Amino acid sequence: MAINRRDFLKVSAGSGLLLASNTSPAVAAPKPLPPEAVGILYDATLCIGCKSCMVNCKKFNSMPGGALYREGGDIPYEHITPEEIYDAPTELSDKTLNIIKAYKSESADGSDADMERYSYIKNHCLHCIDPACASVCPVGALIKDPNDGVVSYDQDKCIGCRYCQIACPFGIPKFEWQETSPKIVKCQLCHHRYKEGNYSACCEYCPTGASIFGKVADLREEAKRRLTLSPGSKYEFPVQTVDSGNRQFKEVGNYLEQIYGMTEAGGTQYLFMSGVPFDKLGFNPNITDQAYPDLTWGYIKKVPVLIVALLIAGAASHVITRRDNLSDSK
Amino acid sequence: MKCGESDLSSLLGDYSRRDFLKVCTASAVYMGLGESFGPQVAEAAANAAKRPPVIWLSAQECTGCTETLLRTGHPTLETLILDLISLEYHETLNAGSGHQAEEFRAHSIEENKGKFILVVDGAIPVKDGGIYCKIAGRTALEILEETAPQAAAVIAIGSCASWGGVPAAEPNPTGATPVHKILEGKGIAIINIPGCPPNPYNFLSTVLYYVTLNKLPELDDKLRPKFAYGRLIHENCERRAHFDAGRFAEQFGDEGHRKGYCLYKLGCKGPETYNNCSTLRFNDIGVWPVNTGHPCFGCSEGGVGFSTPLHSPAQLHHITPPAWFPSATPEKGKGASALAAAVAGAAVGAGIVAAGMNLGKKDHEEDEES
Repeated sequence: MAINRRDFLKVSAGSGLLLASNTSPAVAAPKPLPPEAVGILYDATLCIGCKSCMVNCKKFNSMPGGALYREGGDIPYEHITPEEIYDAPTELSDKTLNIIKAYKSESADGSDADMERYSYIKNHCLHCIDPACASVCPVGALIKDPNDGVVSYDQDKCIGCRYCQIACPFGIPKFEWQETSPKIVKCQLCHHRYKEGNYSACCEYCPTGASIFGKVADLREEAKRRLTLSPGSKYEFPVQTVDSGNRQFKEVGNYLEQIYGMTEAGGTQYLFMSGVPFDKLGFNPNITDQAYPDLTWGYIKKVPVLIVALLIAGAASHVITRRDNLSDSK
Repeated sequence: MKCGESDLSSLLGDYSRRDFLKVCTASAVYMGLGESFGPQVAEAAANAAKRPPVIWLSAQECTGCTETLLRTGHPTLETLILDLISLEYHETLNAGSGHQAEEFRAHSIEENKGKFILVVDGAIPVKDGGIYCKIAGRTALEILEETAPQAAAVIAIGSCASWGGVPAAEPNPTGATPVHKILEGKGIAIINIPGCPPNPYNFLSTVLYYVTLNKLPELDDKLRPKFAYGRLIHENCERRAHFDAGRFAEQFGDEGHRKGYCLYKLGCKGPETYNNCSTLRFNDIGVWPVNTGHPCFGCSEGGVGFSTPLHSPAQLHHITPPAWFPSATPEKGKGASALAAAVAGAAVGAGIVAAGMNLGKKDHEEDEES
């Protein structure tokens, strides 16, 4: 069978188009929650900006198993001074898994009427139900636990490609640029503390119940219940964990009719409630309900097919050209 | 009228002019009036036709508010009551007693009608006709209702007189009621100086302000003078830096507590209590509850002290993040502007043209050489 170069190129281009044409990134049905999914509900109306979560996050993640642990290392403060005083970080970093930021409305002038226009926001890994970081990791160093849904990191597998940093829509994974053997650092929901019956340090040390830990199903229920309360009424807010006996009577704030993380980016295990619109709290307004891996899945799932097809095509062309060469040399 | 040396020395007795001016200047500065007001305060206090008469009524109280006055150092109590004000009636400090004291009170009210300052400490019981507190056979309620309309101003000193305090704590068996509620709608000027006990200088400064300017100081919505109760204790607390850095005492006696960390988690009500304890402090030696290691319990805030549990966390009504908190929406550069792009484009274009011309020239030259 004689095939000229021109025809071969035509066929390859055509099959390429064929591959690409039926890969419309349709919004797939959101992935279900892992059966025992755990997470955090952060209520910005309860947060007082005490940063207790940040301090204890550093402290407990510097223990063996924690995301900040390094053999022989200390608690990684942002700037180590002779006295090791705490210096407030300004952004998530390889030393800061969790940060409280403040929102102040542009018109706020500090008068009493403006007090409502302040808000805090706590940033850390959202533990997406369908995490982009895990989907792009070529070596499976970032794994979503099939049971509790915690997205954790395995230093021994990581090759340092930092695809996860680019893939994450929330800008969470951070890289240890200054280390000789760097790793990716992100919140792992204090996964190392579950065995002893503990839970996320940020929730354990939150004095107001602004951050509470629990099963995501319970947290969603709790968040929805808060939306039904009328502002100014009193409600017994759980502190530390969603099902704890430790409760505090408090005034209900003015909530937005949105629980961030219910559907955003395919749903997350970290939920937010606030009185201030979320785009003002630093959330990218371009993030839709679509799970990020779905965006590329249409293409990615064809990669094995493509590889097999290329192998076959290559083998075939080799057979053909070899036969031609043989006949020519005769 | 100027405050001359001779006038003062005759008025002050063995209290030196210098000391007297010092007290008045300190009060003026403290009231936010500025140092130059010192002499005016002195003049007013010394030259008032008579020292401002003060009648002090006690109801359901523990005498703590009097005790706090006894512990003032500048001026000392005797200076206050003998030189600065004329304390006409005070159950603890009266020289006389019984009928004699009661008679003097009636006489003084008559004489100073519309001019005297009425100070009330203690809550007023109203249940069962107010029989739970009687003085000289009459209920405290009766005495207050009779005396208050004749006073120039009423100062409710202490948390009991201001909000009900201890006697009004649940279940409030005697129907203890704050003074301003009893006198509500009667057009009587009322100032609350809450605290358990209040800082004596808050009281003294209010009295001197009134004597000097003949008007009440600016009050907040809870009738407290703003110069003393204008800011949250939390705002000027010496442990505030620990709060902002997230360092807390988790329980009494733990490492954080010994290191002087923030007491918020132990139930400090500083973040919801307006008072100046954190700056003025007590006993002239700079002590106050928080620097002895105990959280503020919110005595000067109605509905907080004596109403909420001692060690339950404070409810913050207003949050004002310090300026150094990272912004949730940091400012970003806007990228190159259209003009900058045009300039850059022009430069690139010019560069290409120039390079092209050079090359052409070189080619030409080489051609010529060969």
